[in-house]
Amino acid sequence: MASIKGHKSSEMGLHEEVLTGRTQQVFFNPEESENFFYHDAYDVDFNKRTEIDASNIECLDINRKIRELMSEGYGTIVIKNPGSKHSIGVGILNKLNLIVEGSLGYFGIGSTDGPNVRISGRVGWSCAENMMAGKVVVEKNAGSCFGAAIRGGDLICKGSVGARSGIDMKGGTIIVGGDAGAFTGFMMQRGRIVILGDVGPNLADSLYDGTIFVGGNIKSLGADAVEAEMTDLDVSWLKRKLKVAEIDKKVDFKKMTKIVSGKKLWNYDNLEPTERKGAI
Amino acid sequence: MCGIAGIIHRGKSNNVGGEMQKMLQSLKHRGPDSTGYALYGEGESNNYILRFKVGENVKEGTTAVKEDPAVYAIRRKEVDKKISEVGATVHADKKITDYSFRYIISYEGDLLDLAKKVESVEETEIQSLGKSLELIKDIGDASVVADQYNLNKFPGTHGIGHTRMATESGVDIRSAHPYWAYPFSDVSVVHNGQLTNYWNNRRALEAKGMRFLSSCDSELIAVYLADKIREGMELEEAMRGSLEHLDGVFTYLVATKDKLGMAKDTMAAKPMVLYESDDLVALASEEVAIRSVMPTEIDTYDPYEGEVKVWQA
Repeated sequence: MASIKGHKSSEMGLHEEVLTGRTQQVFFNPEESENFFYHDAYDVDFNKRTEIDASNIECLDINRKIRELMSEGYGTIVIKNPGSKHSIGVGILNKLNLIVEGSLGYFGIGSTDGPNVRISGRVGWSCAENMMAGKVVVEKNAGSCFGAAIRGGDLICKGSVGARSGIDMKGGTIIVGGDAGAFTGFMMQRGRIVILGDVGPNLADSLYDGTIFVGGNIKSLGADAVEAEMTDLDVSWLKRKLKVAEIDKKVDFKKMTKIVSGKKLWNYDNLEPTERKGAI
Repeated sequence: MCGIAGIIHRGKSNNVGGEMQKMLQSLKHRGPDSTGYALYGEGESNNYILRFKVGENVKEGTTAVKEDPAVYAIRRKEVDKKISEVGATVHADKKITDYSFRYIISYEGDLLDLAKKVESVEETEIQSLGKSLELIKDIGDASVVADQYNLNKFPGTHGIGHTRMATESGVDIRSAHPYWAYPFSDVSVVHNGQLTNYWNNRRALEAKGMRFLSSCDSELIAVYLADKIREGMELEEAMRGSLEHLDGVFTYLVATKDKLGMAKDTMAAKPMVLYESDDLVALASEEVAIRSVMPTEIDTYDPYEGEVKVWQA
């Protein structure tokens, strides 16, 4: 396995824990509540609970029903008999407790910003794709492209996930209690992935930035993925995060493998496009 | 896109026709052009079941060339003559559609000779030849095909099926899946994906005397496996070899008289969801297909990249 020790990028401090990207950080005042809610978000009460029986409803109507119930102030919605239907729970830009009793098909809980979701079964491909904030917990296994292109929030699978988990990830955290398939973290740009089990070939291929922690064996690293040293900060973060993820597994965090970008694929000495413009 | 599905009952028979119809109908959105079934029934212990067609379904939306239906009867007579010439005996025959037939035959000779003779009749194609395999494919969704061929109550141990979205070849029965692994009895294949070294492999296999009926890349998998089995390789070994020799993104299912196997390419780019229990194994491109026959809460998982699995009936 390639090592980051002594590498130029390490000397430059590019593998320090704090991520300090220049292009994607947005600074705002956390005191201002409008930063946390969409202007048309519904004011819901978590203690107001209802159920949807999805057995004879198409996914479009299930999603309409969720919106309708949120508009009525329901803050806890239970979906029963989802039957592995696709695209359930997409586009929820609201605080909400969504409980799915069963399994979801493809693209479940995609493009969300805010809801806390718990799925008692399994999820198909591309679960929580483009999620911006919130927490999604999957009790069983997940298909490929788990958390593709997420920008924020915590995405947790207590079982194993398929190939290309965290592909194109731009922020947030993905935590997997079991194993992960090939090309995990492919072209990941920011955020963290934690895999407690084994990982398939080409881990973190063409990784731009971000950090991947692996508890088990790594079949092979992808292009430009390198091993970095585990720090005390990493260990304390992992301890805290796994507690949040409700994964009750004894883990020796210090023995985990930390993978970061070697930053050779990107020419980091080049100017940013806007800077280049100015220079010209 | 295309959808594939399979089910195998361990040590018992069930209504696999009805189960496959439900699974494939729930995958209709992945491929509405044609549907195919390879069902492994109770079969004929000493005789072969021969499924063949002498023409195409020319209903609206297909790319098949329209013919006068009168030619079908003429071709069928020609097929009967060829079967007799090769030394086979027909014990039962049934016309399923104008162009599709099911025969029970006894035959002691080389299956390749029989297949070549039958397919020498113009536009005639053997869909399957086996002691328990019955391969049925036609234009339309799973329910249309199941109703047309009376598959809703078909007892058997296992089956595989395919819903096709035509991309690289025509909307016709010839290009529909499953493919019989000519000339081996009871071997069938369905596939979801694209093979990128189709022509290299096809030319090499044709040079070895293997025959192709369509230009559909999925047929290559069936012919490839048939060639390896012909060379004496076990099914699982042949499947592992296919992952090295076939380039592209694919997941395929293969079934034999008493086995069902799956293989996934090394990129894991095509989906497959699996459910395994002591009684049965069900697998499909989407979990919704498995749910159509297993409505209670079950544990499923995705096989990983480069994985090959084979189950016994």
